[in-house]
Amino acid sequence: MDSPHGLAERPAIAIRGLTRRFDDRVAVDALSVDVRSGELFGIVGPDGAGKTTTLRMLAGVLRPTDGTALVAGIDVARDPEGVKPHIAYMSQRFGLYEDLTVRENLDFYADLYRVPRAERPARLERLYAFSRLGEFTDRLAGKLSGGMKQKLSLSCALVHKPDILLLDEPTFGVDPISRRELWLILHEMVAEGITIVVSTSYLDEAERCDRVALLHEGRLLALDTPTALRGSVSGRMLAIRSSRLRRARDVLRGAATVRSAHLFGDAVHVLVEAGVRDEEALAPVRAAGLDVRDVEETEPSLEDVFMRLVG
Amino acid sequence: MNPVEVEGLTRRFGDFTAVDGVTFRVRRGEIFGFLGPNGAGKTTTIKMLTGLLPPSEGTGRVAGLDVRAERDGIRERIGYMSQKFSLYADLTVHENIELFAGLYGVVGTRYEERRAWVLEMSELADAVDRLAGELPLGWKQRLALGCATLHEPSILFLDEPTSGVDPVARRRFWDLIAAMSEAGTTVFVSTHYMEEAEYCHRLALLNRGRLIALDTPRALRARTVDPIFRLETEDAPRAVQALVHAPGMVEAAMYGRDVHVTVENETTGVDTVRAALAGEGLSVASIERVEPSLEDVFTALVRAEGGAVVG
Amino acid sequence: MSPLDPHRLLAVARKEWIQLRRDTRSMILAFALPMMLLVFFGYAITFDIDDITIAVVDEDRTAASRELVDAFVASDYFTVRERLADRGRTEELLVRGRVLGVLTIPPGYARDRAAAGRGATVQLLLDGADANTATIAMNLSGAVAASHGAQVAAAGASSPDRASNATGAPVRLESRTWYNPRLESRHMIVPGLIAVIMSMIAAMLTALTIAREWERGSMEQLAATPVSRLEVVLGKLLPYLVIGILDVSLAVVAGMLLFGTPLNGSVLLLGVMTVLFLVGALGLGIVISAVVKSQVLATQVAMVATYLPALLLSGFMFDIASMPVVLQGITYLVPARYFITVTRGIFLKGVGISVLWPQALLMLLFAVAGVALATRAFRKELEA
Repeated sequence: MDSPHGLAERPAIAIRGLTRRFDDRVAVDALSVDVRSGELFGIVGPDGAGKTTTLRMLAGVLRPTDGTALVAGIDVARDPEGVKPHIAYMSQRFGLYEDLTVRENLDFYADLYRVPRAERPARLERLYAFSRLGEFTDRLAGKLSGGMKQKLSLSCALVHKPDILLLDEPTFGVDPISRRELWLILHEMVAEGITIVVSTSYLDEAERCDRVALLHEGRLLALDTPTALRGSVSGRMLAIRSSRLRRARDVLRGAATVRSAHLFGDAVHVLVEAGVRDEEALAPVRAAGLDVRDVEETEPSLEDVFMRLVG
Repeated sequence: MNPVEVEGLTRRFGDFTAVDGVTFRVRRGEIFGFLGPNGAGKTTTIKMLTGLLPPSEGTGRVAGLDVRAERDGIRERIGYMSQKFSLYADLTVHENIELFAGLYGVVGTRYEERRAWVLEMSELADAVDRLAGELPLGWKQRLALGCATLHEPSILFLDEPTSGVDPVARRRFWDLIAAMSEAGTTVFVSTHYMEEAEYCHRLALLNRGRLIALDTPRALRARTVDPIFRLETEDAPRAVQALVHAPGMVEAAMYGRDVHVTVENETTGVDTVRAALAGEGLSVASIERVEPSLEDVFTALVRAEGGAVVG
Repeated sequence: MSPLDPHRLLAVARKEWIQLRRDTRSMILAFALPMMLLVFFGYAITFDIDDITIAVVDEDRTAASRELVDAFVASDYFTVRERLADRGRTEELLVRGRVLGVLTIPPGYARDRAAAGRGATVQLLLDGADANTATIAMNLSGAVAASHGAQVAAAGASSPDRASNATGAPVRLESRTWYNPRLESRHMIVPGLIAVIMSMIAAMLTALTIAREWERGSMEQLAATPVSRLEVVLGKLLPYLVIGILDVSLAVVAGMLLFGTPLNGSVLLLGVMTVLFLVGALGLGIVISAVVKSQVLATQVAMVATYLPALLLSGFMFDIASMPVVLQGITYLVPARYFITVTRGIFLKGVGISVLWPQALLMLLFAVAGVALATRAFRKELEA
């Protein structure tokens, strides 16, 4: 922040050719990405895309087969322990002690990171304020709901004010209300200057990130802001509703004007060339004798982008 | 007679009312979504409908049978697939199918037919000898669906069937559900994922044991919830801080570097937002109304009902 | 080299202690099991044999020969089941297992006993199928014969040495009876049992700790923190060391109260030696836990790796000196071997560090090796 060419210029994480093989399977394949300082960076992709493997390598708990990753300026492959004081990592599976209370878990992590005793009351108060865990300090972590557990994990991760926060599917199994609260917390942390890397398999969550890396089978498919990614889908996206959705989709898939057709909720999302009018797009559906309840142009979602790139 | 008819269904545990006078009907061939945060009463309702738990009050009929008196009959007519992988990880695909066929009494030529159908439907014909535990999550879910429908149930209960499944696999799964629904199977889905809710024909929203909304996803989205605006500003985190504490605001959250703000009053909303930001020395580069997502509606309805259960 | 921050070490120890307190299974394993084992083994495995059935073939049929038989009967160890006039049925009785031994007093026994310069010879044939019992029976018969010989000598019949030689039996007693004059092997057992039980309990306790964290998913989280491997190992070891010391203290008290085992030596020295021993045994448990990463498997491995060697190769049950050379070599790798020497030494002989220093050094070596190996085996890293 102090000079334009100073710290702010250095990426928080610089990944170069990062690779991890498990026997004959390549989980992460020569990944190269820069995560900017202070960014909320999303890693999105299906199961087995390599999201967890990547985060584990960045957190220094899994050794890369090849390549480097400078995390807070330190090569995590060479010096994993040197990285750890600068980061906080939240694994996909609940990683706290279920037989310890909320307070005991927080204290344990504060001790591990050597958070000075004098600073703790204020720190805890703030963590309780956003997590609403203050009234459950004596409850065993195992007795918390899914959303509360995730908030406790996040609180433990934040107890030492890390520079970089690595979160592996933090909203997995969390209901929408708690999910929103979690994202609010993440945005507050970003506002305080913490760099966050978060993985998710929910594309609507990816919309909340500054930039998104789309991963598929260990490779980087796309990397950009959600808006730019959505903009990368050229042509018009139409939402067509019919009483026989699957049939309509199958018909549309065979049509020359249609680039892709997928079921999405109660509609078929159809991507057509920019010049194609609604009626032209609908022609094959009508020709097959199917009804059309309505058609409207819709903004392509990240899911549409993803399906374009993968499917 | 509708496949599921519920009238004033209530279940108490001591002083706690888990399900409170719930009334609804599910039509034949319908994909009926049952939504709610943790602790809303979804699981308790499903347990009552599947005959695992007697209601304290009210009536419930599933496939025309009374949930109190004719529980065994109900179990023969329904299929159930839970969110947790309910297959045997150390048995192969084939052995799992064989086992569940045996449990449901599917034998002889009918077994051969159903087995062929399951393998075709789930696209697992090439994987019959693989251990179920080694399959990717999306494949497991399809196998679980196949095993739950071996006996051709007329009603299918699904509990968060695609939680954690990536978008590609999720679409394939819902494609299968849509096909079953078109073939006349009634599908009852319990979930708190909006991605799953989108695929339902109608949604019942549950909070604190009470039914707070029941409609199609489109109708729910069209509901007059508090208006939401997307705005661009130079410092999104500060803007959010300014907005959450300003009067007339319901909620403010970041989406990437944009801010989504929910206001109480549509007509004065934009001016209130501008004023609140000007007070912090922030300008508004652009502001536009956005269509509420299903999650927005869900959150708003739950909030209007006094919020979700915390803990 | 793994760094060591005392605050983090204590944080791990405190966490482990809280978890231990709330885990019924570990508490049972830590306190109930060792006590049960001590009582069970203390009463059941006793090397005392107080009912050796013998047959007597008295071919001499004199007052002297009857005195000898009476001496055997009066000892309480032997029961005379058959009295025979000749040796004809000796083999049959032994083969059928009707008696454990046959005492044969040849004609001329009284004459030989009385004659100056010659020893009287009697023969004891023993069923060697149960070598342990046979050995004890042999020792006991030797003792009975010797004391009888001494009595005869004291009665003025002849000189003591001649009298004791006169019985012809091996009179040199096994050294243990020296320190256990009443020949009660329970006194030998209790100190040994403490070593055997604690070998197993200590390793089993820590075998759960790291495997549990891998199974429950907390290790991935812990591995991402700056905590060092040595801090984790020592932090996990500390609470169990306290438990181990409590266990040994309880066992010592129980041994004294239930079995009347005397504690002749220094309590402080026993404490120090216990700490040395426990650190090594607990470290071994951590090594196992870190390598196999599964609670069930770790418990089983810990049990096999500690209990059997401690029971069989420590000198507890079988005399090390009479083992094949290869096995003797292996016993040097069984820390229980040293701890048994220590506990028996302190309990029964009351010896001090001047005698036990080699054991102390070796146990110290095991303790250091245990912690070092545990720190090496425990990786803050996932493999898949």
